[in-house]
Amino acid sequence: MAARAKPKLAVWKFSSCDGCQLTLLDCEDELLAITEEVRISYFLEATRKAEKGPYDVSLVEGSITTPHDIKAIRDVRKNSKVLVSIGACSTAGGIQALRNFASVKDYSRAVYAHPEYLDTLTTSTAISDHVRVDFELRGCPINKHQLLEVLGAFLNGRKPNIPQYSECVECKRNGIVCRMVAKGTPCLGPATQAGCGTLCPGTDRGCYGCFGPAEGANTAALAARLAHLGKDDGEIGRLFRTFNANAEAFRKESQSHG
Amino acid sequence: MPGVDDPKTVTAALDMAGLDALIAALAERGYRVIGPMVADDAVVYDEIASSADLPAGVGDEQDGGRYRLRARGDGALFGYTVAPQGWKRLLHPPRQKMFAARRQDGGFAILPPEPAAAPMAFLGVRACELAAIGIQSRVFGDEAAGDPGYRGRLARSFVVAVECAEAGGTCFCASMGTGPQVEAGFDIRLVELAGHDRHVFLADAGSAKGAEMLSGLNAPPAPEADRAEARRRVSAAAGAMGRTMPAATARRLGEHAEHRRWADIGKRCLSCGNCTMVCPTCFCTTVEDVTDLKGEHAERWRTWDSCFSIDFSYIHGGAIRNEVRSRYRQWITHKLSAWHEQFGTSGCVGCGRCITWCPVGIDITEEVQAIHADGKGR
Ligand code: SF4
Ligand code: SF4
Ligand code: SF4
Repeated sequence: MAARAKPKLAVWKFSSCDGCQLTLLDCEDELLAITEEVRISYFLEATRKAEKGPYDVSLVEGSITTPHDIKAIRDVRKNSKVLVSIGACSTAGGIQALRNFASVKDYSRAVYAHPEYLDTLTTSTAISDHVRVDFELRGCPINKHQLLEVLGAFLNGRKPNIPQYSECVECKRNGIVCRMVAKGTPCLGPATQAGCGTLCPGTDRGCYGCFGPAEGANTAALAARLAHLGKDDGEIGRLFRTFNANAEAFRKESQSHG
Repeated sequence: MPGVDDPKTVTAALDMAGLDALIAALAERGYRVIGPMVADDAVVYDEIASSADLPAGVGDEQDGGRYRLRARGDGALFGYTVAPQGWKRLLHPPRQKMFAARRQDGGFAILPPEPAAAPMAFLGVRACELAAIGIQSRVFGDEAAGDPGYRGRLARSFVVAVECAEAGGTCFCASMGTGPQVEAGFDIRLVELAGHDRHVFLADAGSAKGAEMLSGLNAPPAPEADRAEARRRVSAAAGAMGRTMPAATARRLGEHAEHRRWADIGKRCLSCGNCTMVCPTCFCTTVEDVTDLKGEHAERWRTWDSCFSIDFSYIHGGAIRNEVRSRYRQWITHKLSAWHEQFGTSGCVGCGRCITWCPVGIDITEEVQAIHADGKGR
């Protein structure tokens, strides 16, 4: 094979906690291999060196919450051949999208001594609400193996193997005994996209929906089951309103409770 | 392969020491012994070392979408019904590497396969589970396109079946004609009698391998009274099942493709795929190719898939089963009707797992009953 020029990788941050970018640094064993295959051109969390675009692959973390973000994400898009949004903030607006259901004015008055210095939007939204995105990698935070899979797929010109079916499929493959059936623990797994590696069901907890709605999620039927298990309307609404509160299926479900 | 020959031997009575001798003899012959044990609020099948690992005195309550362990009040080791997942996990693993390859001279070279894993001995296989293994071995046993992996694993396995003395809450094997009597497909069949004064396991051989193993244990013959008691319990279990499958309608679901019940199910079903994952006969897989970052090493993996995923029906241009109702209909129409044409039997053995482990308790027997009762069903 002819030696290929190392593709340039950039990692961007918008409104977020940095957890997803950290996942890249967390790829300890594979990090060396990554740096052999790509040129890390822009990744402030890892290095101060910042090269100019265009970039071959941009990983974008975080949601759009300020007028400045809107301008910045357009620049990133313009300078990137492939743009992959990573994590619940960038694919759905993140936990900060709770503002979409409340008044930002009230929030900022409660939190800041001088809210007048803030220049913020009234909503927190996904990257794909503003620019074209080539792939959305879900999770709060993203899963390291899935990140490597997506990078490997783009570097090798193949389709990433990232399923969109429910977390239950992952539970069953991993041999986890269903928490909801065997214990009555409320679980969002049947409506949540697989990918976390059964972190919660594997440690005796119900799924919190970190990977966002599964394809065709039937949230209404799940909500009815949660009620049957003893959750009241307010609790059901709050279950759907966390890291992926603004993902359409979860947003609609939470709005029909409490 | 279990069940290929049927030597007539006398029923032996194993006591607890005899059962342990059986487990030890299997381990000694190089088998990984898999049996029931309590883990994660359930009786699951996993590697065991002795009878001490077995779920003594543990039973289960099962209903649609609900499973709980309960204390039986006796010392029975096989007093539960079926585990959340069956032996499918072991014979048809959720993830299998088909091959690995390395880039070489402008092409690629297939790497040598990994050595086969140790043979397995299954302790506590129920009648419905034996039937399911029989079905999967037909599915994977096609002469032209068989699956050497599945057939090899089964051929090298040692099967110790245990007849059910009680029906579980969601069982309907009697109406599928697959149990609770264990008739074929085993190396050794056990019936447990856990009384106040004595605890024995009546043992019969079902193959030459089983007969040879049993005779090595030097257990005394079982008295006729014990054998009569065992028969009585098994037929009581057969009569105690709360669910039945309307056979004729189940066979002809294809004639009811536009029944309004499907839309009704579509509202309740989560399309989560649990039913297909736990079903001991569901065999569908998808194939994924993975590469390392460099593109030097590639692997092909086969993983369990489900007709409840949208990608499953993806053909050029899009998926053809976009609605939940059509996915559920596809699942049970294949399982209960089309399976007959394809493999010569129903694809359902009546184990009840899809009912118990459905998070919303959708009941395959109830859905077919509803279509049946409508008068359109015959
Ligand atoms: S524990 Fe939750 S995610 Fe896992 S199978 Fe049960 S309902 Fe599905
Ligand atoms: S369809 Fe349900 S009851 Fe029938 S074999 Fe499968 S899991 Fe068991
Ligand atoms: S029938 Fe139950 S287990 Fe099967 S996909 Fe629907 S909700 Fe999930």
